[in-house]
Amino acid sequence: MLFNLPFITVVIVIGLGLYAMLYKRNLIKIVIGLSLVESGVNLFLVSLGYRNGGIAPIYTSAPSTHMVLPTPQALTLTSIVIGVATTAMLLSFCVVIYRNYGTLDARKVRRLRE
Amino acid sequence: MSWEYLVNHSPALIIIVPLLAAFGTPLIGRFSRKAMYIWIIASLTLTEIIAIIILHTVYISGKPMVYVMGANPYNMAVPPDSGGIPIRIIFTVDAFSSFMAFVASTVALAGGIYSISCEAQQSAQEKYYALLLLMLVGMLGMVLTGDLFNFFVFLEINSLASAALVSYRIDKGLAVEAAFKYAIISSIGALAFLFGIGILYGEYDALNMAMIASRMKFTDLDKIVMALFTVTLGMKAGAIPMHYWVPDGYGKAPGAISAMLVTASQASLYGLFRVSFTVFGLAANTATLGWFIIMLGVLSMFVGVTMALIQHDIKRLMAYHAISQTGYMLLGVGVGLATLGTAAFNQYGLAAMEGGIFHIINHAMYKGLLFLTAGAVIYRVGTSDLNKMGGLAHTMKYTTIFFMIGALSIAGIPPFNGFASKLLIYESVYQFNPVLSILAMIVSILTLASFVKVFHSAFMGPKIHDVKEVPKSMLIGMAILTFFIILFGLFPNIALNYLVAPAAKALANPLGYIARVLGGGA
Repeated sequence: MLFNLPFITVVIVIGLGLYAMLYKRNLIKIVIGLSLVESGVNLFLVSLGYRNGGIAPIYTSAPSTHMVLPTPQALTLTSIVIGVATTAMLLSFCVVIYRNYGTLDARKVRRLRE
Repeated sequence: MSWEYLVNHSPALIIIVPLLAAFGTPLIGRFSRKAMYIWIIASLTLTEIIAIIILHTVYISGKPMVYVMGANPYNMAVPPDSGGIPIRIIFTVDAFSSFMAFVASTVALAGGIYSISCEAQQSAQEKYYALLLLMLVGMLGMVLTGDLFNFFVFLEINSLASAALVSYRIDKGLAVEAAFKYAIISSIGALAFLFGIGILYGEYDALNMAMIASRMKFTDLDKIVMALFTVTLGMKAGAIPMHYWVPDGYGKAPGAISAMLVTASQASLYGLFRVSFTVFGLAANTATLGWFIIMLGVLSMFVGVTMALIQHDIKRLMAYHAISQTGYMLLGVGVGLATLGTAAFNQYGLAAMEGGIFHIINHAMYKGLLFLTAGAVIYRVGTSDLNKMGGLAHTMKYTTIFFMIGALSIAGIPPFNGFASKLLIYESVYQFNPVLSILAMIVSILTLASFVKVFHSAFMGPKIHDVKEVPKSMLIGMAILTFFIILFGLFPNIALNYLVAPAAKALANPLGYIARVLGGGA
């Protein structure tokens, strides 16, 4: 792969996601940060599965020698599905919090501490 | 269906039963409330029975059970044409896994029965029970699986269901705020865990724990993975520097869910111990990792209990005690890990592990009971503020007795089960390092002090609230857990011989675990 470009992208995307989660005060932006971290991890899994010159493991059309093991792709699909569920749940929490508190500012959403 | 067939397929059945029941619950709930309750109790009881069957089978055979999804025969972990590599989703059930499955399904059964009256006034009950069953599926999957990626999937199922349940009583948004925090923490933890799995897969081309363990070289990358796994699982278990979600999450969840969150945290604790002993135990320097876990444990014990002393919300107070008690488990098993492979292990290391593992089941029972009694008090009084309670012993007699049993047990007073495991930990840890043992005793005294305060302000004093005793199903739920507390308190040898000692030995024997899976599982 060219200069390990996918892995560099993984680091950048995860870094951006962590930055958003740590420094942004809006709850929806925190959820966006989480989604970015998740995309970074998914990209990492897919990049791990890349083999130069490999062929998709479809037995009817490929010679049996250079097939790629499809495990990382399967992991990524599962992880994407889980990520959709997580994001949907977190955003619905945001909706309920906004209805009850009238704000999504993390500095003001802290009635538990009182 | 013959008996043998049932026993062989029990690791799959214990997942299938609650999973199908969870998706059937909303359907049945549309027709009849009563039928839904029967459906839930029946499926939880069936899960408990299967857990006992697995416990029995593993105890009798003395070896881990291997179950391969979709393989024929059911235990063919390494097919003849795979070149010695285990394929498919493999469940590896050793004595520690079956022990944890028993703990999780018992608390879920008590919580399910308790919820019937406790949540009777709430809307969307069928979704509550569906999520409760899914949470159980997550815990059972985490403790039974032999595959790291599968562990991640069940961890996420458990986290999502738990977070949704924490927010179940919206409580003017407060519960949702707690659930948001919990969901963010557990998702980011799970993603870090998945990243670690990716690194391990890139290095060793395997996801099966036994396969990774046998290929483990312990390079620098593996040290990063070990740090990722330890921190994320410690965070989910609620160990001290990563504990901030615990008081909010446990404090705002409904009573039965707080009790189940305790076992959910213990399932993460299981993951931490499984990864440190089985996956890294052979190649890594276990003394360093052991000391790290001991330090986490001591910090959790001490900071947890001191924070608990100043709380005036009954459930937040108990949540801080849950952190503190998790410290005992980390201390006990950490001493076992630190001495693994040395002569000291047989002297006192194994006994410390037995103490730590015994404390897991004891903690699940008495802390579960305490959360259920707190839920009962809130159910009748309508507030969780200790300053506004008082004199409940006048009318809520059974709840008072159950609370006393739980409180005496958590403080380690003799006829109850907390004493048995704490004594084992004190004795063995004293030989390892006397300071740690003395700290553990001081924490126990502070725990007693804190529960005397709760007992006094909630149950003693003049009659303020004109309340009745809680309904029967809540009492039955509490009685189930009380039964185990008294049983393990009066006859600790039963629990030690049949449950705890096999679990500790299985955990301390990674070679047996690996050989069982890579040897084909038959």
